[in-house]
Amino acid sequence: MSSAESRQPVAEGFWGDTGKTGLGSWIFSTDHKRIGLLYLYSVTGFFLVGVILGLLIRIELMAPGKTIVDAQTYNALFTVHGVVMIFLFIIPGIPASFGNLVMPIQIGARDVAFPRLNLFSWWLYAIGALVVLTSLFTGGGAPDTGWTFYVPFSARTGTNVSLAVFGVFILGFSSILTGVNFVTTIHRLRADGMNWGRLPLFTWSLYATAWVQILATPIIAITLVLVIAERVLGAGLFDPGRGGDPIMFQHLFWIYSHPAVYIMILPAMGVISDIIPVFSRKPIFGYKMIAASSIGIAAAGSLVWGHHMYTSGMSDTAIMVFSFLTFIVAIPSAIKVFNWVSTLYKGSISLEAPMLFALSFVLLFSIGGLSGLILGAAATDIHVHDTHFVVGHFHYVMFGGTGFAFFAAAHYWLPKFFGRRYKEKPAIVGWAFMFVGFNVLYWTMQVLGMHGMPRRYYDYLPEFAPLNFVATVGSWILATGLVIVLVNLVKGLKSGEPVGENPWGGATLEWQIATPPPTENFEGDPVVTHGPYDFKGVVKP
Amino acid sequence: MSQESAEHAEHIVSYKTLVGVWVALLVLTVITVAITRAELGALKVWSALAVASVKSALVIAVFMHMKYEARLFRIILLVALVTLATFIGFTFFDVLYR
Repeated sequence: MSSAESRQPVAEGFWGDTGKTGLGSWIFSTDHKRIGLLYLYSVTGFFLVGVILGLLIRIELMAPGKTIVDAQTYNALFTVHGVVMIFLFIIPGIPASFGNLVMPIQIGARDVAFPRLNLFSWWLYAIGALVVLTSLFTGGGAPDTGWTFYVPFSARTGTNVSLAVFGVFILGFSSILTGVNFVTTIHRLRADGMNWGRLPLFTWSLYATAWVQILATPIIAITLVLVIAERVLGAGLFDPGRGGDPIMFQHLFWIYSHPAVYIMILPAMGVISDIIPVFSRKPIFGYKMIAASSIGIAAAGSLVWGHHMYTSGMSDTAIMVFSFLTFIVAIPSAIKVFNWVSTLYKGSISLEAPMLFALSFVLLFSIGGLSGLILGAAATDIHVHDTHFVVGHFHYVMFGGTGFAFFAAAHYWLPKFFGRRYKEKPAIVGWAFMFVGFNVLYWTMQVLGMHGMPRRYYDYLPEFAPLNFVATVGSWILATGLVIVLVNLVKGLKSGEPVGENPWGGATLEWQIATPPPTENFEGDPVVTHGPYDFKGVVKP
Repeated sequence: MSQESAEHAEHIVSYKTLVGVWVALLVLTVITVAITRAELGALKVWSALAVASVKSALVIAVFMHMKYEARLFRIILLVALVTLATFIGFTFFDVLYR
């Protein structure tokens, strides 16, 4: 690191080499790194909004009866928390921010295949977000349907559902365009020698994700238009009184929204697959199987949407088929977990912040995945359907999984792009708070659900009060950890110790170029001669 | 690579083919309308879907030039179509047995 300390990384690389500054150089830039950072700032902003809403939900549930808000506001709180977290944070979270920042460099390209389309995707995201936010404060008030917009309630409620779903419709197009861009980029712009067997696993996971974005997202877009048609024109598509079918809405909604959880988790798995070998100083165990399992999860995960609908009145045949298929998805997921653990075996493990977040991902995702099997099995699902068990389960997968991977990626890759790094000690303290708070909050929720506490209810029976109090305290510990981690990251990236080209000793291409990378990424056209986890000759400073 | 050359080769479809496809589409539209009036029972939906499939296949192959494109693009299109068919097919595990 000694050579790096003498240089001033800020205002170097893509931050300054085009000579353009000001807001316009960002919001009209076609550089994948700048667009990646635009996404990063946007999704982090919405993540914080979602966190505040989540904390308010927990405060309301701290004790039975009214605590801080009335029932209607509570309905709006959990709806907006869901919409913001799902559509504005987790779906674009890792692929659009870190995918844009890192993927083109990992494959040896100067940019994505369609840089202007990339910028347009961010603009669609910004417009969609604006529309969603407008829906909260106009018309009949914030939507109160839950993030799933189920009919018949969503067709009848007086709240501003039409505008909110229109916002989500626009966000869907942003996601589709990112998918198209990434598939094309990975097919067309790989450097010489970067064959499919040398593709970093993060890029492999983005490739699988992009396919799901392209194939599944149009279905939610159409479905949401149908909801608007139902509300505005009274089309009767989902109204049995007029020959419609309310369960059809659930099919259409989950045909997208279940694969969407793989849009959320696959890139996170890619992050973990890239971090674990670097911090174990060992090539990844089972490269081919991890790459193939990404495609396997994307394919099998697209066929299991019915497991959200066991109590909807769907046919028993469908319940059995979807239950069986749900268990199939566990196989590629388990392949990944076993391969990560095998990579650690006899590795030279260093427990720095990215690795701690990555290891907690493996544990928390495994807990979430196994509780998912309880929900995937039709018989047990009937018992815990629509309880806090489901809420605990998906927070284990989505926050314990994708959320922790997001922070792993932030600690791992952001120093490369900012040229400075965070302090290690506060990062670890923050991680510890997050990890403890997380488990206190969501494990308790799973127990509450097993005991029969329903989700989305404003009030509850007195016997649920002690555990609800514990869960709320957990949310405060988690929030404390989040604040420590974020403050340390922002301070470090702004004015921390400068870093060199390869602070972690990684073998993928992003660690072979200058820090921060220049706008064109590579000085010449790179030629790839070894695999992404071949650490021979790579020295960790 | 042959793929590259196939992509850049411009293919101009003759007027004869274009008009032929247009006439075929008109005839198929007439058949679609006729199906709605015929007593076919459960077969009605399948017949209408079959005609619609043929029509879209013609549009995609000729008007959208997929017939003259590189193999990769045709595979990608096929993946999309198979996915859509699978989604619709799996929904019938519910609809047919409810």
